[in-house]
Amino acid sequence: MKIHHPVQLLLVGLMLASAWGLPFLTHAPNRLLTGTGIELAALLRGERLWLLVPVLPLLMAPFLTPLRKTGLAVAIAASLWLAGLTWLAGDEAARLAGGPDSLVRTSFGGGFWLLFILAGLQANDALRRLNGPGGRQTLAQLAVYGPVLWLLLSGRLEALSVLKEYANHRDSFDLALWRHLQLVGLTLLPACLLGSALGLLTFRQSRARGPVFTVLNIIQTIPSIALFGLLIGPLAALGKLFPASGLAGIGLPPALLALTLYGLLPMARGTLAGLQQMPEGVIEAARGMGLSPRQRLLRVELPIALPVMISGLRVTAVQAVGLAQLAALIGAGGFGAIMFQGLLGSALDLVLLGVIPVVVLAIAVDALFALLVSLLEVTPR
Amino acid sequence: MIEFSRVSKVFDGRKAVDELDLVIPQGELAVLIGTSGSGKSTTLKMINRLVEYDAGTLRFAGEDVRHFHPETLRRRMGYAIQSIGLFPHWTVEQNIATVPQLLHWPKPRIRDRVTELLELLHLEPGQYRGRFPHQLSGGQQQRVGVARALAADPDVLLMDEPFGALDPVTRAALQEELRRIHALSGKTIVLVTHDIDEALGLGQRIVLMEQGRIVQQGSPLELLTHPASDFVRDFVGRSDIGIKLLALDRVADRTRHDEAVGGEPIASSSTLREALSAFITRKVDRLPVVDEQGRPAGTLHFCDLLEAQA
Ligand SMILES: Nc1ncnc2c1ncn2[C@@H]1O[C@H](COP(=O)(O)OP(=O)(O)O)[C@@H](O)[C@H]1O
Ligand SMILES: [Mg+2]
Repeated sequence: MKIHHPVQLLLVGLMLASAWGLPFLTHAPNRLLTGTGIELAALLRGERLWLLVPVLPLLMAPFLTPLRKTGLAVAIAASLWLAGLTWLAGDEAARLAGGPDSLVRTSFGGGFWLLFILAGLQANDALRRLNGPGGRQTLAQLAVYGPVLWLLLSGRLEALSVLKEYANHRDSFDLALWRHLQLVGLTLLPACLLGSALGLLTFRQSRARGPVFTVLNIIQTIPSIALFGLLIGPLAALGKLFPASGLAGIGLPPALLALTLYGLLPMARGTLAGLQQMPEGVIEAARGMGLSPRQRLLRVELPIALPVMISGLRVTAVQAVGLAQLAALIGAGGFGAIMFQGLLGSALDLVLLGVIPVVVLAIAVDALFALLVSLLEVTPR
Repeated sequence: MIEFSRVSKVFDGRKAVDELDLVIPQGELAVLIGTSGSGKSTTLKMINRLVEYDAGTLRFAGEDVRHFHPETLRRRMGYAIQSIGLFPHWTVEQNIATVPQLLHWPKPRIRDRVTELLELLHLEPGQYRGRFPHQLSGGQQQRVGVARALAADPDVLLMDEPFGALDPVTRAALQEELRRIHALSGKTIVLVTHDIDEALGLGQRIVLMEQGRIVQQGSPLELLTHPASDFVRDFVGRSDIGIKLLALDRVADRTRHDEAVGGEPIASSSTLREALSAFITRKVDRLPVVDEQGRPAGTLHFCDLLEAQA
């Protein structure tokens, strides 16, 4: 047997180790007590053994000849395995659950998380071989998680403690989601406009390049908690000076300001890189043809730079999704609020409820922009 | 059409163009030639104000170029450069239509013009108008570049080493196109090159520049037969001036129409330089001549290379 995919081999090795080494679920009589671990092997009995069918192709993945077909097969197997793992957790939780008033808690264990992530990575790696036009790869990568999503929406996972937390905190969850999206959306607009303006400036004025990027890099290296803290003072002072402005040291405005500042660097860098990769002579030709500076910008420079600019915006957006988590520290809300509530109350499942959606959101935003970039790049350039 | 009088341009305290006097009459194909850094491109770009001159006066159509709005001026002048600079996100058609679109020509007129230009430059319109620049060879790209420069029927065509990056075969083909376009349209063309053969082959007036000044200007024949200095003589190619002189005349000019010989014929449109090569390689002293349609047109004698028949 020849090893065609060393990455897959590593993933398979880790998969086997985590299946045996770590508890798949933890089970506790109530949320205050530490749970006892349940091994995967202990759950796989009787008909549940069918769940192991997709594992076979996954184990073989490192040795398969690199083809579209085999890549697709591995991805489908991984998708089924992901769904199987999730269903198993939900099914076992339902079996262990007591009556409606029971305080019993069944949570995902370390083994589940590792197996889940490893299968996701296997699918991701396998789909890299699927070089199709216009975002086909991105769509396929999202489709892998389709069955899991279906399980979640169908209510088969309700007995798991994270979903119990969700049921208990439904209102604050919806609020957090809305606020998180608001934080990201309201960051993107100014970061995009200002960042691309800075990129354009540094392209036109190469002398400004050094200072501008030095400042943006420094901002980027300030830890986000520190930046949120630093902004409290000046903004509170401004809010006192101009009460009508609605500015305050805590809440949405300082969070948006901080997130925007962080978003500037990737956007400005993407814009500059996009403009710099302009083929030689294009600008001279545009000038020589008699395009005005404005026409040059709108008809030639920006359209040519657009795909790379959007890659910059992609980084800005994904980064904003993650950083917005910390905005809860200065009272701006978002999923961070749920996470910190859980951390303070030592309620691990509540922490998960505040973290998992952010991970999903980050992946979704990333995929969305990847799709956009690949669609733009299909139009021949 | 274009008049430089004592025009200078200073870059960082150095004169890139130094008190240049030059008149390019309407319809002439003038070639600026010189070593690299001699100020050719600067001279060319002052005409369409990509570079603003510092001293003297530079007139276009009798008026100081500074009196024109730069964009208006540029839209009246075609511009083609060595790096071509086609817009990569636009099709061939959109690229060619750049200036007509800026001038708000009606759509059907633009379409017809694009078709006409593609045909003029021997690119099958149906096949090429929808292509993107990256789908073309270098030679085809420059054909599109030239078509784009000609699109709005400009008064003047400015070209900065347009064929410099092409392989010799493609370059020769495009030089031939340019000769044809010039003959057909009678446009004023200013061409920058550093290739003396291109200059001698295309130019009606050759302007030899060095350090921002004109060393000598004149017809190809004048430069070859009366070089003003050793520099000019070296530049036009001291040892093979004779060969270059032969390149200025065509076989048709020396053909004896009343004679006929056998053997592989030479086209009457070939240069005498090509004829010399044919004499030497075929080891003959007479060559049959055929016209454009391939019909026998007479005979060329080796001794006739020396001078035209009375
Ligand atoms: N934009 C510019 N800034 C500074 N110096 C320039 C600029 N353009 C040209 N020069 C200088 O002017 C001189 C003539 O340049 P150019 O006209 O490009 O020469 P050529 O086209 O004959 O090679 C060169 O010494 C060149 O370095
Ligand atoms: Mg030059």
